Amino acid sequence: MSHWIILPIVLPALLAPFILMVIRHHLDLQRIFSVAGTVALLGIATGLLAHAATGDITVYELGDWPAPFGIVLVLDRLSGLMVFLTAVLALAVLLYAIWTGWDDRGRHFHALFQFQLMGVLGAFLTGDAFNLFVFFEVLLIASYGLMIHSGGAHRLHAGVQYVAYNLIGSTLFLFALGTIYAVTGTLNMADLAVKVAEMPAEDTALIRVAAVLLLLVFSVKAAVLPLHFWLPGSYGNAPGPVAALFAIMTKVGVYSVLRMYTLVFGPQVEATQGLASNWLIYAALLTVAAGTIGVLGSRRMMRMAAFGTIGSTGTLMVAVSLFTQDTAAAAIYYMIHSTFAAGLMFLVADLVVERQGDSIRPYQPMPHGGTISVLFFAAAIAVAGMPPLSGFVGKLLVLDAARDSAQAVLVWSVILITSFCAILGFARAGSLVFWKSHDDNEPDSEEIADAEVPPDPRAVKLPVAPPRLPFVPAFALLGVLVLLTVFAGPVMTYTGKTAEQLYNPQTYIDTVLKGTGS
Amino acid sequence: MSLFLIAALPFLGAVFPALLIRAGRNACSSAAGAVTLLALVGVLLHAPEVFRGETVTARAPWLPQLGMNANFFMDGLGFFFATMILGIGLLIIIYARHYLSREDPMGNFYTYLLLFQGAMVGIVLSDNILLLVVFWELTSLSSFLLIGYWRHLPAGRQGARMALAVTGGGGLALIGGMLLLGHAAGSYDLTTILERKDQIQASPLYVPALILILLGCFTKSAQFPFHFWLPHAMAAPTPVSAYLHSATMVKAGLFLMARLWPVLSGTDIWFYIVASIGMITMVLGAVIALFKDDLKALLAFSTVSHLGLITLLLGLGTEEAAMAAVFHIMNHATFKAALFMTAGIVDHEAHTRDIKRLGGLRVLMPVTFVLATVASLSMAGIPPLNGFLSKELMLDAAAHTIWNGSEWLFPVLATVGALFSAAYSFRYVVHTFLGPVRDDYPHKPHDPGIGMWLSPAILVLLVVAIGLFPEALAGEIVRTVTDAVIGGHGHYHELKIWHGVNTALIMSGIATVGGLILLALHRPLDVAWLAAPRPEAKVIFDACIGALIRAARAVTDTLHDGALSRYAAIFTLFTVGLGVYAFSTGEIGEATRPMNRIEVLPLIVWFCLIGATACVVAFHRYRVIALVIMAIIGLVVTLGFNYFSAPDLALTQLSVEVVTIILLLLALNFMPKRTPIESSPGRRLRDAVLSIGAGVGVGLLLYAILTRDFAFPSISEYHLANSYKGGGGHNVVNVILVDFRGFDTFGEIIVLGIAAVVIFALTEAILRTSVRAKLLNRKPDWPVAGDSHPLMMVVVTRLMMPVALMVAAYIFFRGHNEPGGGFIAGLIAAIAIVMQYMASGFSWAAARQHFPYHGIIGSGVLVAAVTGMGAWLNDKPFLTSDYGYIHIPGLEKFEWATAALFDVGVFLAVVGAVLLALESLSRYAWRPNTDSPYPMDINPARDDPRGGRED
Repeated sequence: MSHWIILPIVLPALLAPFILMVIRHHLDLQRIFSVAGTVALLGIATGLLAHAATGDITVYELGDWPAPFGIVLVLDRLSGLMVFLTAVLALAVLLYAIWTGWDDRGRHFHALFQFQLMGVLGAFLTGDAFNLFVFFEVLLIASYGLMIHSGGAHRLHAGVQYVAYNLIGSTLFLFALGTIYAVTGTLNMADLAVKVAEMPAEDTALIRVAAVLLLLVFSVKAAVLPLHFWLPGSYGNAPGPVAALFAIMTKVGVYSVLRMYTLVFGPQVEATQGLASNWLIYAALLTVAAGTIGVLGSRRMMRMAAFGTIGSTGTLMVAVSLFTQDTAAAAIYYMIHSTFAAGLMFLVADLVVERQGDSIRPYQPMPHGGTISVLFFAAAIAVAGMPPLSGFVGKLLVLDAARDSAQAVLVWSVILITSFCAILGFARAGSLVFWKSHDDNEPDSEEIADAEVPPDPRAVKLPVAPPRLPFVPAFALLGVLVLLTVFAGPVMTYTGKTAEQLYNPQTYIDTVLKGTGS
Repeated sequence: MSLFLIAALPFLGAVFPALLIRAGRNACSSAAGAVTLLALVGVLLHAPEVFRGETVTARAPWLPQLGMNANFFMDGLGFFFATMILGIGLLIIIYARHYLSREDPMGNFYTYLLLFQGAMVGIVLSDNILLLVVFWELTSLSSFLLIGYWRHLPAGRQGARMALAVTGGGGLALIGGMLLLGHAAGSYDLTTILERKDQIQASPLYVPALILILLGCFTKSAQFPFHFWLPHAMAAPTPVSAYLHSATMVKAGLFLMARLWPVLSGTDIWFYIVASIGMITMVLGAVIALFKDDLKALLAFSTVSHLGLITLLLGLGTEEAAMAAVFHIMNHATFKAALFMTAGIVDHEAHTRDIKRLGGLRVLMPVTFVLATVASLSMAGIPPLNGFLSKELMLDAAAHTIWNGSEWLFPVLATVGALFSAAYSFRYVVHTFLGPVRDDYPHKPHDPGIGMWLSPAILVLLVVAIGLFPEALAGEIVRTVTDAVIGGHGHYHELKIWHGVNTALIMSGIATVGGLILLALHRPLDVAWLAAPRPEAKVIFDACIGALIRAARAVTDTLHDGALSRYAAIFTLFTVGLGVYAFSTGEIGEATRPMNRIEVLPLIVWFCLIGATACVVAFHRYRVIALVIMAIIGLVVTLGFNYFSAPDLALTQLSVEVVTIILLLLALNFMPKRTPIESSPGRRLRDAVLSIGAGVGVGLLLYAILTRDFAFPSISEYHLANSYKGGGGHNVVNVILVDFRGFDTFGEIIVLGIAAVVIFALTEAILRTSVRAKLLNRKPDWPVAGDSHPLMMVVVTRLMMPVALMVAAYIFFRGHNEPGGGFIAGLIAAIAIVMQYMASGFSWAAARQHFPYHGIIGSGVLVAAVTGMGAWLNDKPFLTSDYGYIHIPGLEKFEWATAALFDVGVFLAVVGAVLLALESLSRYAWRPNTDSPYPMDINPARDDPRGGRED
């Protein structure tokens, strides 16, 4: 009996109440425990990834109740990968938050951070539809707490929008689950796969409604147009490191679509034909467009990073929504890239905000400006999908995989043209913030409008020399992107096999329902 | 030297200048030079193989799934370009060492330069077109840094952005083109692609691939109508201009056209696009160049013109033209790099590049004068310099070209281009160096040290030498390279100066004489040119980009203006629409369940529900009233649960109602009593329609669900059967909560705990702002009750406390078999305590309460988790329960399940969460050191180790 698979959930679930109960007044202790826990989590995640890489599907039956009657956790290649991604990103973000002192600007950062990890990891590991809802709630409420960490009028205002919008999504999730249970009488995903495939052809309307509602819920999380409205405000106003952690949150939505729409409502399922394939691709393409247009049209660094995230996740959804094994392999590669690239972008944006404020406008030279500009250049290259970083590789993979689809021309045009928008936007922002010095009186012809942008009142006035340590996690994320580029071949082998596992769900179903894995 | 190493050297070496600049500028430049020299030697070592016609290769898998691999190869073409890039690069490095001033960050400069150089070498050595694209875009990015190097100059920033937009954008087209080309060829390996001409040209993808690839090439090589970025890139330091615009960046496009010449050329579409664009660019560039007063702008447009010339030659598609193109690439690189460097010297010494402020430098700067004159005459095509040779070849090729049936069009245009070319070349020399010495230079010029003129001198030497001995010095290499370009062995004429009197010579003569005449007429022509209206590329570009940015802003700001109601409206509309679509495209089966009989009492309650709901809508602007009505709705729902035989749900709902209403009342205490009207009638109508639509949709969905049975046997049958057998409890609902789906409950108590902690953190954040002061100083809009702690209420609640706790305990213990359980019990216990706070005030109650709420929440979650982990000792999964029977003398034997311990965790978490939320909300009204008149005051510092000091 191996309990490793539940540790990513139980570990933060123990750590967070411990922090609340015992060391809530001792920031240093909180930091030590939080970092130690996250390092341990990374170790566990590495072990799980290594195990998942063998192609084994591991099932953990909670309470020793057999599926589908109890709740199961399932570790396969996809969930193993997602857990690993989360752990890596979490460690970098946590160190950044500690070294910048962000965790000290409000209460209970570390407890909420661990709860957030628990929610995200649970969502990746669970094999039960209702349990997925529970973890969505955990990560939503914890993310709300993190989002409004340290307060401020803008942040609280954005926080209300964030939580209100997502609660509408949660309500929809309940409707969907209620309908699913009412029709199939089960909540276990593998069991659902069996039942939905056997749905009588003359009785499909209700399961179709449930399937589409579920897709909408996941699309909210993944910020697919027109359900993305919550993202720019909330990510753009969240504390920098929190927004960086949220890079994994949009991926929870994408993951759920990948999971449910290959396993339960897969392309081969008769009853739910045409529900996702008809509109999602267009919505995803519009998302890419909205994101990159937003990058070009943003007046603030954090907001630009938020739109970059939308564009990046949109590209990912394009690949997902073509629903073939090849596009899924490309999508999963791009998912890894997108997580770290968006995380890096938010950290860089925060480095600027910490020194100068949020507005994209000329500044006096800032401390560590050279190093930050290098990071910004790299992050912009990554998010825009330019060589030599993994965004380019991912984009090539997506374009290549989309080649045989009916929408190929559209996908190619949108992705290539929007990349142009993103390049323009980032080049403009970078050259304004890092190159144009404040005392330069001659305005650039296309920059005149920027003179109207007032200085950001939220700019934090820092003590003499801001700390250098926050650069370590930022460069570490950049290093991950470099590794992802250099080892694109092996990574793609893994994601290819992951997609294969996703698109041949019979093993998953058999393993869960017979419980042979435990 | 391995090609990997050659390609990697500049990138690896790019680190050194950035680091070594601390050791001084000489160390910095020497490092850059050494790296370049090493790479150059590495390339030259392969010369024997290349001249034998062999190709050097180095291959490594990178992303074989995509066909993108780190494959490099070097044939004649690659060798030629690599030598040129590295050779001229070396000269530039020497030149730049003396050109840059002390204020310029030299480390950055050489780092960027080496990055750029590496990207260029990568392009010319790639044997994989996707790898080539990677390096291609890298040149765009690194040139962005180089062009914007003088970051304090607006022109530098704008030029850099413009170059990036044009060349980077073209690169995106190239990505598409290369993917199509690879697909048409069935491989992304260049060597394979080059062998599949027929397959590619027969493919329907040929035309789109060709157009996209040419877009990439034309933007990079500044062909019309993308030529405008190149002059603006002149804002860069002169070494950068000399490098980018003679041998490297702009030649990348030409290189790619030459590289793919064997598979893409030879069709009509290739000829008409490439040759025509080349011709237009050549003539246009030459004409504009004549009227530029900035030395570098003149050279920039001359570069545009010469790039057009080479493009034209490649477009003609004949072997002779290809050879001419290769030869001119070589010659142009030598004289143009030299010319840029002389322009830089003039700028450096006279502090101006404006031709109208110069003149007479012949006397003051004799060395520079000689170098500039020789290079210029070569550019003008004057024998016996190398520019003459390749220009003759071009004129000869143009003279034999029939364009769309016209025999005279190309020869005439080519002559015009050559004529203007001669004119601006002469002007460069005459207006800068000849004429009288002036006394109004911004700075008194003199020849620079050898460090600055050595590099152009070497190039000028080449210009003369190749001109005099073309066959001996360049014949072999030009033929080898041309073989590589055309992908076979061609039959070429020898390179020589004198071909006899032929058409080309006559055209050349016309051009030279005409050029002199134009120069003589320059002043009136210049006046006319300046007076004539002409489109200014930068203005148009800026307007386009500005419009794009404004449009992007407008779209973004309009769409994402933060109006939650509109976001929600879109959400609702979209959801309902898709839901209806999903429903209508499926089949709905017959209703299988009969309707229940409608009885009178439930009907009345149902009408209460409807009425109350309508009242909430009607009175929602009066917050307290709305809250009261919502409490009614909650009660009706409770009754409903009870009526439909769900006592557990009814109990839960009831206690949840009580707690939430109390918390909401407390919160309302700090808010205005009324909600202002914020939206227009139209918007409210929209919202009404949408919400009624959504409500009807949900109602219909529920109706459909309730009138149908499960399609398959439900898992609840298993739960019913195993509740006692496996879970040790008769109350299935409770067993589901703490056992079958205990993990869900575990998650939910955490949600509850987090919510309370978030409320606490939020309160802390808000209390640090001025909000609290405003709250404390506001005038209540309703009269305040005189008695904060009414005696009757105090007495009753104190009496009730033990009773309520007893009930909680009872509910808790019976939970496993009868309706009840930890969740409900926790709520009841919380209510018992909340009553004390309400009646006796927070100070009184808090003084008698010794457990910090954070701790209660934490302990609850921990107890639940540890109970779950206890199963591990038994080698069972998390949350596996066990149960047994306990005999205590005097009592009946009773059953005890570990699930009850889990339930204790639930109980504690619920109690803690409710009380922490209550405490947090109360703190808004708390005043330090005063007996608060408010019922729910509290000292927030009571469990703070730092004491009662307010922060």
